[in-house]
Amino acid sequence: MFALGTIGLLVRRNLVFTLMSIEIMLNAAGLAFIVAGAHWMQADGQVMFLFILAMAASEVSVGLALLLRLYHQHGVLDTDSASEMKG
Amino acid sequence: MLELTGLIPAIPFFSFLLLAIFGPRMARRAVSIIGAGSIGASAVISGIVTASFISAPPADWSYHQVIWQWMSVSGFQADIGFYLDALSVVMVLVITFVAFLIHVYSTEYMEGDEGYSRFFAYMNLFVASMVTLVLADNLLLLYLGWEGVGLCSYLLIGFWYSDPVNGRAARKAFIVTRVGDTSMVIGLFLIFDRLGTLNLQELMHRATLQWPVGAAVAVAAAALLLGGAVGKSAQLPLQTWLPDAMAGPTPTSALIHAATMVTAGVYLIARTHVLFSLAPPVMLAVAVIGAATLLLAGCSALTQRDIKRVLAYSTISQIGYMFLALGVGAWSAAIFHFMTHAFFKALLFLAAGAVIQAQHEEHDIFKMGGLRRMIPITFWAFLISGCALAGLPLITAGFYSKGMILWGAWSSPQGGPALWIAGLVGVLLTSLYIFRVIFVAFFGQAQIPVEHPPRLAKNLPMVVLSALSIGAGWVNLPSYLGNKLWLNDVLYTALPKVAERQVGWITEDWSEGIITAAFALGLLLAYELYLRRRDATRPLTENALGRAIHEFWYADWGFDFVYDKLFVAPVVWFAQVDKSDFIDKFYDGVAAVSRACYRALSATESGRMRWYAASIVGGTVVFIFIVLVL
Amino acid sequence: MQILFYISGTIAIFATVMTVTRLNAVHALLYFIASLLSVAVIFYILGAPFIAALEVIIYAGAIMVLFIFVVMMLNLGERAVEMESKWLSPGMWIGPEILAAILIAEVVYLLSRSPIEAHAIQYVEPREVGLALFGPYLIGVELASMLLLGALVGAYHLGYRKPKVLENPDADNTDATRAAAGGDLVRPGHDRPAGAA
Repeated sequence: MFALGTIGLLVRRNLVFTLMSIEIMLNAAGLAFIVAGAHWMQADGQVMFLFILAMAASEVSVGLALLLRLYHQHGVLDTDSASEMKG
Repeated sequence: MLELTGLIPAIPFFSFLLLAIFGPRMARRAVSIIGAGSIGASAVISGIVTASFISAPPADWSYHQVIWQWMSVSGFQADIGFYLDALSVVMVLVITFVAFLIHVYSTEYMEGDEGYSRFFAYMNLFVASMVTLVLADNLLLLYLGWEGVGLCSYLLIGFWYSDPVNGRAARKAFIVTRVGDTSMVIGLFLIFDRLGTLNLQELMHRATLQWPVGAAVAVAAAALLLGGAVGKSAQLPLQTWLPDAMAGPTPTSALIHAATMVTAGVYLIARTHVLFSLAPPVMLAVAVIGAATLLLAGCSALTQRDIKRVLAYSTISQIGYMFLALGVGAWSAAIFHFMTHAFFKALLFLAAGAVIQAQHEEHDIFKMGGLRRMIPITFWAFLISGCALAGLPLITAGFYSKGMILWGAWSSPQGGPALWIAGLVGVLLTSLYIFRVIFVAFFGQAQIPVEHPPRLAKNLPMVVLSALSIGAGWVNLPSYLGNKLWLNDVLYTALPKVAERQVGWITEDWSEGIITAAFALGLLLAYELYLRRRDATRPLTENALGRAIHEFWYADWGFDFVYDKLFVAPVVWFAQVDKSDFIDKFYDGVAAVSRACYRALSATESGRMRWYAASIVGGTVVFIFIVLVL
Repeated sequence: MQILFYISGTIAIFATVMTVTRLNAVHALLYFIASLLSVAVIFYILGAPFIAALEVIIYAGAIMVLFIFVVMMLNLGERAVEMESKWLSPGMWIGPEILAAILIAEVVYLLSRSPIEAHAIQYVEPREVGLALFGPYLIGVELASMLLLGALVGAYHLGYRKPKVLENPDADNTDATRAAAGGDLVRPGHDRPAGAA
């Protein structure tokens, strides 16, 4: 799933999809943690997943706010057009 | 009183510093007083030291004074030390005295010049360096003085730097002597490597112990030192710089290129005579170089029109005599001739300078005339010194010194008839060319009116030097006059005596007689060709062969031409090739490569987010791969 | 139990693939929610019911809803779908696929190196998780709360827009406009001067 998320991140130009792909990747990482926790039969994996969850939530909120900014600035949601840091 | 020796170079040196720093802001009078006065003080002190040395000679006739230790590095030690023996005493006395007279002369000669203080600063530095050279107790300090005089020669030849001709002449002088200096430095390295010291007395002592006569290393060392001497003293094959060096002011020519700097080579050989004695092939080379040079330069002097160039070639020729004396082992004769030559050659130059300034800066003798009546003191000065140069018997100094050299050339074990005959022909040539100048410039019809007749500051030194040119020879009276060789006796405490061998019927008296005959012949020829019938030489020069020979001798036997083709042209060609600075292109290439890398790398900063994400993922993949594999 | 795991896994992967490849944003979001739900099932199978619940509530319930809100607000429309189809040419997929393939290969290789013991799934109590949170991971909790605070402030600040200057400064003043319009407020379009947009 992580790999799929990576593919999605690299391919999509629309910022919404990019953020979504990041979510996919986070979810996949969390899944890995839970599996590890279940394997070692400890609570740590779930604890890590909780932190990841909290982090994902905050990241989503900030990310969407930025997305709105970008949209108002450029009129389109194309990440390739926001290349002012070029060179 | 011998402790005052250290002051002899120190006073001119401090005067140089003073004039160099404050000179432009000082009044003319102050500059003259400091500039000439410092040398005067130096001359007085050398007089005191000489008197003290002769009257109460120190142990072993040598005095050593160390000012401070210059350097001491892993087995090599050199001091700022002065070594006083008969040789250096004589040299220092003559140098400071003549220098003082020339400085007094220059206060009038250079009075209109705006570089007045600069001139005296350079001249003082020169005297300081020359005295250091002569008094040095080790070869490194001697080399310091050697380089110092070379520097001052460059500065003073190119004194009027706004004219590029002077700059070229100065560069030529410096570069040609540099060739000699390099040879000398390699010689110094060799000596240090084999003998472990550069202290003169020490190294000569060790050389006699370690090197057998004729050893290859002795020959090499002596030959390398000879290279340096040849460069500095303008002998074959490095004599091309001296005629062009006449571009400098006349007092410079008088001091540096007649009396002192060019004799530095002679001094070097005399000082390291032990090394040369250990290398007979080199001694022979010295004598042959001397003989060849004196003939060559004599021929060239005969064709020159510029009065200073005649004197320049004459200097080259006379130093050839000194080299001849050194080569046959007549060390004291060479020093005797150095002394008399310093007097009369300096006087010749000073008189020539007075003539030039009196004739609106005209140098060509054929444009002058009748000066005998117009500037009498100068005429007499020139005449007396000219006679001394040619060797007028008995009443001129040159007669005695030249006679001693030629007798040494005949009678020394290393000498021989060939060298003696060369010297004899040289006497004829000398007499011929100098009387040519005298008759052409001073006799006959006046062509250019006299502009600045010399006044006291110029006349007084000329008078003093005239007296010396007459009387200086009487310190060494040869065998037929009583054999009172006072100077030689003093010098024999430092230099070995020339051995004499029996050579049949020619004795010293006969030798002198034949020399006198040569002198008279030259005088008569000059009289005939240049005074009686002015254009008597025209048929000689109109003839095709005569003209060819004339051109050839005028151009210094083609040396300049050969050197130009052989050395200068390739360097200039290479400089042209390098004009686009192809060596630098390599470094440009480095810069270009780094710029290309920069461009390539900055292309990765596309500003596009997906590209960055891709590179992160790529990097992660690679990293994990590395971790897996290693 | 095992087969349930494989079914949910398959659904999760399929849903994720659909998410990544859809042209319409809302479609992709819905597929992603499906993926999340199947992952929640996997969590439950693995013995972490608390986490499964949290996944559904927070991830699918809050975060995805936030996404959908924003997408709705942006109101991208048909043009966006067209642009997406233009951007997603087949050639684009190759590079990322290669990278991802290598990544998968590496991870599989890593996993294959360590011995895998298949044992019964233990049920980890939520109580344990809570104890862990308030015990060793207390600082993590504090940090997470600070992170959330920062995100909150940041999102507020970034989302703040200067109020637009109204074309008609008297629009709020109902008396004047009503007087100008000459009508009453009830009828639509009559509280503004005629002709204004």
